[in-house]
Amino acid sequence: MVITRKVEFSASHICRNPELSDRENSALFGPEANPLGHGHNYVVEVSVAGQPDPITGIVMDLKDLKEILNREVAGPYDHRFLNYETPPFDRIIPTAENIARDIWTRIEPSVEAPNRKLHAVRVYETPDMFVDYFGEPPCSA
Amino acid sequence: MFRVTRRYQFAASHRLHAPQLSDEENRLIYGKCNNPYGHGHNYVLEVSARGPADPATGRAVDPDALDDLVMQHVVMPFDRCNLNDEVVAFLFSVPTSENLAVEICRRLKGDWRAAFPGEWPKLDRIRIAETPRNFFEITADEIESSQG
Repeated sequence: MVITRKVEFSASHICRNPELSDRENSALFGPEANPLGHGHNYVVEVSVAGQPDPITGIVMDLKDLKEILNREVAGPYDHRFLNYETPPFDRIIPTAENIARDIWTRIEPSVEAPNRKLHAVRVYETPDMFVDYFGEPPCSA
Repeated sequence: MFRVTRRYQFAASHRLHAPQLSDEENRLIYGKCNNPYGHGHNYVLEVSARGPADPATGRAVDPDALDDLVMQHVVMPFDRCNLNDEVVAFLFSVPTSENLAVEICRRLKGDWRAAFPGEWPKLDRIRIAETPRNFFEITADEIESSQG
């Protein structure tokens, strides 16, 4: 069984590889490479897979998941300039892919338990573009 | 491994009518979708590709390359069209959303290599919503492409 909880944050970012020229960055990332940055209202859906506890009938207390997401995602990400304020994006490009992987890394230790594991992190950068990350090894999709 | 999904929209009309069946059978099977004058939908298409993130860009899929492919092969030929009369595939099959999903997947798979010449990303699946209350999903592995 898979349960999902949503968290939202608003943040600005720049998608730019410092090892490439301005022209190459512009060709690769288009307006996302604007050196002054720009923002999105990100929506993150975190899915946990597991078996319901035989006594409580739940896979994971959604209040606990909400607290984890507030602490590990909204806290470091909301109303921040990711490149400047939210490591590791001082070193890696804050694409939706890298954000999904970073969120996975941040929350996995708090989410996992004997009856459940982290299943997927979905990051909507806009309503028309989203990324699913299933951890490593490769996705089962 | 990531799965990246982009959403597109097009508006088109269609009529569901199988020529092998009688008018009465068509009315029974397709109901109001069999209306002889046809009718339209705002279709919402989601195209998903999967692959590892490129170390240089941090991205698994170049969204501009995906947009170009989908615009050229699906949105431009289908938007504001009558699917029965203007899309060759539907001269021979009923433009149900199931058949539409197969046709879209076949088109994208057929030209995928031209848009994405490397090993990654691969076309993973497409999902098409005919209305906000029903959608149809097909994985790329399920169908043969037009050009292999």
